[in-house]
Amino acid sequence: MVELVDVINIGLFAATLRMATPITYGALGGIFSERAGIVNIGLEGMMLTGAFTGVVASQWSGNAWFGVLAAIAVGGLLGLLHGVITVGFAGNQVVSGTGINIFALGFTGYMSSVVWGSRGGSIGDVPGLPEVSIPFLKDIPIIGGIIGDHTPLVYLMIIITVVSYIVLFKTPLGLRIRAVGERPDAADTAGINVYRTKYLCVILSGMLAGLGGAFLSLGHLNLFAWGMTGGRGFIALAAMIFGKWMPFGALGASLMFGFADALQMRLQALSLLPPQIILTIPYILTVAILAGVVGRAIPPSNYKPYVKE
Amino acid sequence: MANLTEPERKTSLVRRLLRGFLGELKASVPKIVPQIIAILLAFAVGAITLWLTGYSPLEVYGAMLTGAFGDAFGIGQTLTQATPIIFTALAFLFANKCGLFNIGAEGQLLIGAFTAALVGISFSGLPFFIHIPLALAAGALGGAAWGFIPAVLKAQRGAHEVITTMMLSYVALYLTSYLVNYPFKAPGWVAQTVSIAPSAELPRILQPTQLSASIFIAVSLAFLTQYTLCRTTIGYEVRAIGFNPSAAESGGISIKKGIILALTISGAIAGLGGAGEVLGVQRRFVEGFSPGYGWDGLAVALVGGLNPFGILLASVLFGALRSGGMTMNRVMHVPLDIVSILQALVILFVAAPMLIRYLLKRGGIKWWNS
Repeated sequence: MVELVDVINIGLFAATLRMATPITYGALGGIFSERAGIVNIGLEGMMLTGAFTGVVASQWSGNAWFGVLAAIAVGGLLGLLHGVITVGFAGNQVVSGTGINIFALGFTGYMSSVVWGSRGGSIGDVPGLPEVSIPFLKDIPIIGGIIGDHTPLVYLMIIITVVSYIVLFKTPLGLRIRAVGERPDAADTAGINVYRTKYLCVILSGMLAGLGGAFLSLGHLNLFAWGMTGGRGFIALAAMIFGKWMPFGALGASLMFGFADALQMRLQALSLLPPQIILTIPYILTVAILAGVVGRAIPPSNYKPYVKE
Repeated sequence: MANLTEPERKTSLVRRLLRGFLGELKASVPKIVPQIIAILLAFAVGAITLWLTGYSPLEVYGAMLTGAFGDAFGIGQTLTQATPIIFTALAFLFANKCGLFNIGAEGQLLIGAFTAALVGISFSGLPFFIHIPLALAAGALGGAAWGFIPAVLKAQRGAHEVITTMMLSYVALYLTSYLVNYPFKAPGWVAQTVSIAPSAELPRILQPTQLSASIFIAVSLAFLTQYTLCRTTIGYEVRAIGFNPSAAESGGISIKKGIILALTISGAIAGLGGAGEVLGVQRRFVEGFSPGYGWDGLAVALVGGLNPFGILLASVLFGALRSGGMTMNRVMHVPLDIVSILQALVILFVAAPMLIRYLLKRGGIKWWNS
């Protein structure tokens, strides 16, 4: 089977890690928001706006890292907007998230026309993030080929996953965040500032989503294309649920979905299996786990807006 | 609620419906003000966006307005665009009255569109008065099936419908994409099915626009939804669950049954909308024919104050944005995406009624329900 070797090789696993990176960033963003009791289905829009902003800022400044910072900042701004609507004014979280998604698609398309004169995406060279080789690591056979050469944002993703776990489960701040999500009234009585904690988490959520978007546009393709997130924000939500709102769980789920994505692209090139069928896998798995068919995912909050008595 | 006195029971159905309509209208006056302010705010922010990027907001809005309502063609296109949104908005509304958030109308619409197309292309030689209802029923059934899955998962397993309907929407998107790219693909480069049989075509009612008889179904459905919700046992149970589930259960209403019924009917309404698009406008299933009617439906249901008649009004606004936007894009070369921006802004402002009330208060305007 010559074809099978073409599909399943070291390159596939390296691509898996690459595909999993933006999903993990989004999923971690989702975890911070939902652990504090705010549903964030606006992740998709926050990622898309991050991808767009990253390219504009990188092109303008000539420095990809400036683009990454700008993407994080704009993601945070959208997170703040979600916070103002859902925390500040106790608005509906799903409606606000939907609004942000539609806004992002319209805004990035509109601004693409304004900036590049083309609705389809960026025109001209975009300074992208360089790939770094990790010494020693890249010399290990097989493993080196998979994790040895990537843009720094891939390694940062793994670091942030670890940090997220520590913050959420090993620090007083994490305890506060989870308390605010699980029992806002009790948290308030215990002297925790519920609103401030929620704002912090939803802004952090947007920043992480923006970072994921920057990886898509600057860490991989070095361009912006209309709607380039292509549902990855929703896959990130799926990864968050599949990982049971735990950072390492989300990373694992993202790797699984990233593998499906990488596999789908290779199979498409060989026209072995229709890509659409593989693309449905993350969604079907998420529905299955929510229904308790495979394991059981129980949300960490009831997501009701908290209104102080 | 269904608090009818004896003489009222005897009045004719038409009068009762009409009275219900007028009563709703009167009751909705205070409710409608925040929505109007949300729309105005959205257009104001949109104007700033246009102005900052070098366009004249007045000219752009003027071009949209003339495009959407300036002549018979514009009005026809506006109503054509409004039609599927009425269905998806009613779908959102029906589930919402049961306290459910069905954000998967897009997927239910796509599945309904495909099943309707399947019936439309599979039979030939049927009389139209059999073929059309058959295809419509297939569309409703397809949508209902796509609503039934999250309904059962919610009722039996407690799976949250916001996530399941959204995820199933993507499954529907890829599934229909697979079907029209592989097994049911018409010859040629475009991912679409072959044309439906002429006997399954819903008549076009305002040539040369694409406005079809589907709009009559949509408007009738708005009345039917209002009637079902306010005047039938099913509607009463659905609303009781939405209002207070535990009280409803103490009152002997089965919550599980209500949830399954509401979400399945919701899916059927969206599926019927998809069928209307296929039989009336597209005349086949074309991949990507929906520019997001499902999401528009959510917005229109909210802007319409979660009321079938409000939905009819709000759907015209959203249809006008789409059809007027196309004219504006053609005449003034302003990116069409400004339409999405405006829609999104309306949604964001509607999301937080407290925000509107706060702004009113800051502006020194007293409103009686704030």
